[in-house]
Amino acid sequence: MQLDGPVTARQARPAEDARRPNPFIKIVLLGLTVALAIWAAFPLIENEAWIGLAILAATTAGLLHLYLTPRHVPAKYLVPGTILLIAFQVFPVLYTASTAFTNFGDGHRGSKAEAVVAIQTASVTQVPGSTQYALTVATTGDPATGPLVFLITDPATRQVRAGDAAGLRDISATVNSAGRVTAADGYTVLTTGQASLRSKEITALAVPTGGGAIRSSGLSRAYEGKAGRLYDESCDCVRDTTTGRTWTADEGLGSFVAEDGDRLAQGWKVTVGLSNFTRVLTEPAISGPFLRTLVWNLAFALASTGGTFVLGLLCAIALHSPRVRGRILYRVLLILPYAMPSFAMLLVWRDMFNTDFGLINNLFGTDVDWFGGATSARFAVILVQLWLGYPYMFLVATGALQAIPGELSEASRIDGAGAWAAFRKITLPLLMVALTPLLISSFAFNFNNFNAIYLTTEGAPFPADNPANGATDLLITYTYRLAFGGAGAQYGFAAAISIFIFVIVAVVSAISFRRTRRQEEVYS
Amino acid sequence: MRIRTAGVAAALTCAFLVAGCGGGDKDATTAAKASEAAPSGELVIWADDKRSAALKPFADKFGAENGVTVKVQAISKDQQTTFVTASQQGSGPDVMVGAHDWIGNLVQNGAIDPVQLSAEQSGGLAPNALKAVTFNGQTYGVPYALENLALIRNTALAPKAPATIEELVAAKTKASEKLCVQVGQNGDAYHLYPLYSSAGGYLFGTTVSGDYDPKDLGVGKPESVAAFKKIATLGEKGSGALKRSITPENSIATFTAKKCAYLISGPWAITDVKKAGIAHDISAVPGFAGGKPAQPFLGVQTFYVASKGKNKALAQEFVTNYVTTPELAVALYQAEPRPPALTAAFDQVKGGDPDLQKFIDAGKNGIPLPAIPEMAAIWDPFGKAEAAVIGGADPARTIESAGKTISAAIK
Repeated sequence: MQLDGPVTARQARPAEDARRPNPFIKIVLLGLTVALAIWAAFPLIENEAWIGLAILAATTAGLLHLYLTPRHVPAKYLVPGTILLIAFQVFPVLYTASTAFTNFGDGHRGSKAEAVVAIQTASVTQVPGSTQYALTVATTGDPATGPLVFLITDPATRQVRAGDAAGLRDISATVNSAGRVTAADGYTVLTTGQASLRSKEITALAVPTGGGAIRSSGLSRAYEGKAGRLYDESCDCVRDTTTGRTWTADEGLGSFVAEDGDRLAQGWKVTVGLSNFTRVLTEPAISGPFLRTLVWNLAFALASTGGTFVLGLLCAIALHSPRVRGRILYRVLLILPYAMPSFAMLLVWRDMFNTDFGLINNLFGTDVDWFGGATSARFAVILVQLWLGYPYMFLVATGALQAIPGELSEASRIDGAGAWAAFRKITLPLLMVALTPLLISSFAFNFNNFNAIYLTTEGAPFPADNPANGATDLLITYTYRLAFGGAGAQYGFAAAISIFIFVIVAVVSAISFRRTRRQEEVYS
Repeated sequence: MRIRTAGVAAALTCAFLVAGCGGGDKDATTAAKASEAAPSGELVIWADDKRSAALKPFADKFGAENGVTVKVQAISKDQQTTFVTASQQGSGPDVMVGAHDWIGNLVQNGAIDPVQLSAEQSGGLAPNALKAVTFNGQTYGVPYALENLALIRNTALAPKAPATIEELVAAKTKASEKLCVQVGQNGDAYHLYPLYSSAGGYLFGTTVSGDYDPKDLGVGKPESVAAFKKIATLGEKGSGALKRSITPENSIATFTAKKCAYLISGPWAITDVKKAGIAHDISAVPGFAGGKPAQPFLGVQTFYVASKGKNKALAQEFVTNYVTTPELAVALYQAEPRPPALTAAFDQVKGGDPDLQKFIDAGKNGIPLPAIPEMAAIWDPFGKAEAAVIGGADPARTIESAGKTISAAIK
């Protein structure tokens, strides 16, 4: 409906330039955008996320304005990319960075109010010696909206009582063999379907009694329960109703803490400032093996990238020569490892390196404990990387080689250069201009190549005195273990570490790109 | 003239399209409202692939009997994390099916509610299953199946059940491997625990009320050093009964390929063993001669009521009053042969499957797998210490540093 105005505007100037994109496509795309916005609005309204809704409305209105008016031509080209960039790059980075300043993780996922609810609900126990009643949910009004009443039947006496927030009173009613009320004067019995629609109210209803309150357990049974722990707003603490022990809220930790340091398990999310970052830098278990891991990580990324590049390039050059017969067949064969899912291949390689049952030891008649020694394990993972990665380098090198004009090497031959000199002085520099950005991205990928380690060695071998850091651990697998291995998931801590890793990769990439730019200036 | 016609046609098309779009949205809105107003609640159950298939007919039956819609959704991987994250966002299920050792983590994240069982309902459950789902004095779910490790042996290769692990090692069989128990490059605490406990080690002490006490960590204590010294004698530098080349992936396959006479595994291995047509028998995991009894961990598969479910009353109704009936437990047993926790269901199926009673007997000494959240800190360091010791590392130094890592993580 929002599109009405602009449509009439277009009607006034029907003579459109033939080069303009088809208005049909435009209307469909904008219609889809509006539909998407409306679809996204419902959950936002439901969760009362007004800021999100305002952003959504403003973005949609802005998009409609932009594409339905003839002005702002450059923005028409820039906006879609910018929106995608914000949604898929900027927002995740900002979210990660903001998480790094919190204690978000297991035991600290929700708000304080949610923690209080969880503590109180978890502490409700059946009053010792009390009876369990057969329950019938009924109402004094309309089944969908009327006030709820619990009709409870004592299993021994079959006496029926009606209970609501005001308390219990005896009534007379018809009871079936299971003790549940089928009809009672002045009350409408709810069917399971009707009752299930009012689930929240049923769970919330507690009929006060002397020793506690009658609560529902499902829709057909009720019990007399008593909350063992209650939140007290005056002291901002949780009090045990039997022992009187208190746990006071600590807003710095996001936990209820007793005087002796005992913490309740259910905490909440709080901002912890820089403590996740200082923990990375000061905890000896993390900072101790950090340098060693970083060196191996760099070596792994360099060896994976450099090794696959050299191997791929050699294959590409060999198959570039027109004298090779059956080039297409060879190329297909060489690309095969690239066509197989690396996930499965990594697992297959892991089993091939098994000491007793692995293909490699069986084939060569050796008895090498591949993943048991630091050197052999590192050699093994790089070998796997080489096998998985060279087809990609072979593909891009083949493409780049074909793009280099044959006249150049011909001219160098006329000038008297040998094959090696021609390759080194002419072909390789031209190749590097095209391939260096790919090498840098490949380096950045391998620097964080989680699967390559986690699906093969899982970081093994581990020194006997440090089960947290293994010889083949990359920073990413090491930190994954730190953040998710020990005390459950610690997202805040993991986010802080990922920021450190991001800085390292960014620095390495920035240096490499600067060098590439210089190279391009030389050769272009 | 032609241009004008084209323009008008284009404008008309646009108008129709816009109307179409608007109309479509309106329809969607009315449809959504209609489904909200339909007189029936909805119950969403999450389970893994196998169990959700077995649950489906029962869920439909429950739905038809009670006039509600029941949706069973299969979560194939990382069920616990998926459940906790989805619950927090408000998109989780009403009922979750999973292992009992999740309880500690689920409770600290406020993801599950205790259930109130009647005396007769709890009386119908195996006592150790009920004990496993009890946490901080509360029952946190309804157990439906039990599992524990046992010694499965190929009776063609090893006719007699060994009384001790030494007897097992000394037995001469035609198989190339002595024992298939998964270790792998990074160890496996769950499968090692029976031997560790037999050698005198423990993970957590117990409080007066019988709960696990995270403040009393047994890893790194002198008992654990002594236990690991005994385990080292079975390692690669010792008798070679335990080796890192037997991994979680190949242990059962090696046994079914008749390269092992003995396999330490649970009920989940039986399907493969039967499929391979191996004559087998099941007995308790043997302990060290003169040591304590070997205690396998008891695991219990459980139905949980989600705290943040949209239909908690219906979820409680389903879990407490429907899961406690034998029909459902029998169907779940048929989906995967683990002994049912419901005594009535167990009695129904044990006649057709002699292995069930043997597994239960093998688990007689068992202790519930700790459900406290601190257990998460044990698995990785303990497993790695195991792998290192089996590979020949110094037991005392290895287990003491594992203890340090664990206590640093627990704090």
